Amino acid sequence: MKFVWKISLLLLSAALINSCSNKEGDVKTIKFWAFGVEAEYVSMLVPKFESRNPGIKVLVQQIPWTAAQEKLVTAFASDNTPDACQLGNTWVSQFTSLNALASLDDFILESTVVNKEKYFEGIWETNIIDDKVFGIPWYMDTRLLFYRVDILNKAGYNHPPKNWDELLEVCRKIKSLYPGKTKYPIFIPTNEWATFIIFGLQAGAELLKDNNSRGNFSSNEFKEAFDYLIQFHKEKLTPFGMLLVTNIYQAFAEDYISMYISGPWNIPEFKKWMKGNLSDKWMTSPLPGFKNEYPGVSLAGGSSLVIFNKSQNKTEAWKFIEYLSEVETQLEIYKLINNLPAVKDAWEDSVLKNDIYIEAFYEQFQKVKATPKIPEWEHIVFSKLQQYAEYTARGVMSTDEALKKLDEDTDRILEKRRWFLSRKR
Amino acid sequence: MKSSNSKVAYFFLAPAVSAIFVFFFIPVIAAFIISFTDFDIYTLGDFSTLRFIGFDNYLRLLNDDLFWTALKNTFYFVVVASPLSIVVSLATAMLLNNKLIKFKAIFRLSYFIPVVTTLVAVAIVWRFIYHYDFGLVNYLLRIIGINPVDWLGNPTWAMPAIIMMSVWKNFGYNMIIFIAGLQNIPEELYDAAEIEGANWWQTFKSITFPMLAPTTIFISIITIIGYFQLFAEPYVMTQGGPLNSTLSIIQYMYQEGFRWWNMGYSASIAFFLFFIIFVVTLIQFKFQKSDSLQ
Repeated sequence: MKFVWKISLLLLSAALINSCSNKEGDVKTIKFWAFGVEAEYVSMLVPKFESRNPGIKVLVQQIPWTAAQEKLVTAFASDNTPDACQLGNTWVSQFTSLNALASLDDFILESTVVNKEKYFEGIWETNIIDDKVFGIPWYMDTRLLFYRVDILNKAGYNHPPKNWDELLEVCRKIKSLYPGKTKYPIFIPTNEWATFIIFGLQAGAELLKDNNSRGNFSSNEFKEAFDYLIQFHKEKLTPFGMLLVTNIYQAFAEDYISMYISGPWNIPEFKKWMKGNLSDKWMTSPLPGFKNEYPGVSLAGGSSLVIFNKSQNKTEAWKFIEYLSEVETQLEIYKLINNLPAVKDAWEDSVLKNDIYIEAFYEQFQKVKATPKIPEWEHIVFSKLQQYAEYTARGVMSTDEALKKLDEDTDRILEKRRWFLSRKR
Repeated sequence: MKSSNSKVAYFFLAPAVSAIFVFFFIPVIAAFIISFTDFDIYTLGDFSTLRFIGFDNYLRLLNDDLFWTALKNTFYFVVVASPLSIVVSLATAMLLNNKLIKFKAIFRLSYFIPVVTTLVAVAIVWRFIYHYDFGLVNYLLRIIGINPVDWLGNPTWAMPAIIMMSVWKNFGYNMIIFIAGLQNIPEELYDAAEIEGANWWQTFKSITFPMLAPTTIFISIITIIGYFQLFAEPYVMTQGGPLNSTLSIIQYMYQEGFRWWNMGYSASIAFFLFFIIFVVTLIQFKFQKSDSLQ
């Protein structure tokens, strides 16, 4: 019992001292939430910021990616949002619709570090909602083609496929190199919606219509793209079901698959698995394009930095965002975890220039598009598009049927949006 | 005297009752109200966007293919897994209750261990067991000359795979209750049967089974209610796939509610499930009553 008393006294005095020092020194503490590995490494960048700004302390909280969205929504519902946070680009619209994020336009006007010209257009664009800026790009990612140079050579190609026809043709040739063996030229899993959206955008599809309030997946353009990707499944050019490929890197190293459309987060892993005489047998290239367009469009992904409306320390939080947006800091984090810098000037640095796998990304970033900026987007693509892609790939549904149902589901999900729009009028 | 007694009783009950009221009744009532609204992520941001939509959520359920798939899967699971689990646990309980068996404690313990093992750890091991190329199950199938099955990747076999795993994981609990029930059967009955020259089947049919009836009914109700709430097993093993063949009602409810924040719709799924479990339990009680009358 005495022990308990001592502890509570100790805690009480600690709290008192803390509150006193807060008043005297006027040190403000900002809470910054980061996800996954980023969180571990961003803490390493904090001391430099704190020594530059003695009046500000940064408290970094680490949240796993898988729980990030739920955690943030729950925090919002219970008024516990941090001052600033990293947010996946596609989530910005969701939190804007909750009125959770502060508009950053006034900060940008006065800033010497952050302005629009310093960023890639497609990426900057992802954070603009109703003409207001709600996030500053922190790092970028996009998807492009990872391929096995030696196998493409064997199939008679000394360059990566440049358009849709070439991609399909090279896959068929690779398949014919291994008669009777279970090897797959490419990996297009149905549980990665991004690939389906990318090819849809390439074909010029308008994904949603009527001011993003109805699905438009039955359009001829999207249908063509969808059919094209399903063709790979029909001809068994790609393994279906995620369970057949338990380790994608190993599969790539053992030429179980030869091509994969994915993002920069895979580069370190590929480097790790493609060792020894395999190390020069793989390469990255921009995506093949529709008809004669090269490179083809890809998605603008990555994370942005945002400030929450409820924050009492917006100015301090902005200072931290500015710090993270400096070229030097951006390079620092690239060296730590390979996060591709969102600031263009950082790409001039030799660290990035000398990496042969990064070059293709630079090229690809010139041609990226954002997904529709509505909070329901993730629901539509993650739960519905992927489901119907799986149904079609397994031959349970025809493309027409699947896309019609996808539109119906999308319309239902967007019902509330239509109600909002009709109310605004 | 009586009234002061009941006052004391209320006093002691108060903490528990208020806890149940705050953490059970209020949420249940709130969820019931929410099930008549379109509570969603917009509502979280701005409460004025909440609309009362009457029975729309429930009507939508009736036309929702995915809901019917989930319902069908859940029934499939309940109908196959519950009897299987009861038979397996009764059989092991009778084996362990046999006088000829030695090291009973060790067997009892080892059969009970899966019940208390973390499901995620179990799932990882079972994913290996079901692996197409290196899995134990397919290894055994190959030995006896049957073509291997892609257990978790094939829509036809994914649910049986989940059922096998769940039965293995849960039967230990029922087994312990059955053992207790078996030990309550008076030894004289068996002695009498032996003297009369009854064989094993007659003994089982006329003594063990009827004497165990209350235990069996208790176990079947608990098991069926538990199995209707199938969630964790498919959630960690298959995420509902392939082709939604292992999607359960609770999992669908979870996805709609906590992944996509359609709280209104999600709540209506919950109440639909409550209604089903309620009816099934009523039927079971009916059976119990007609049994005890005989």
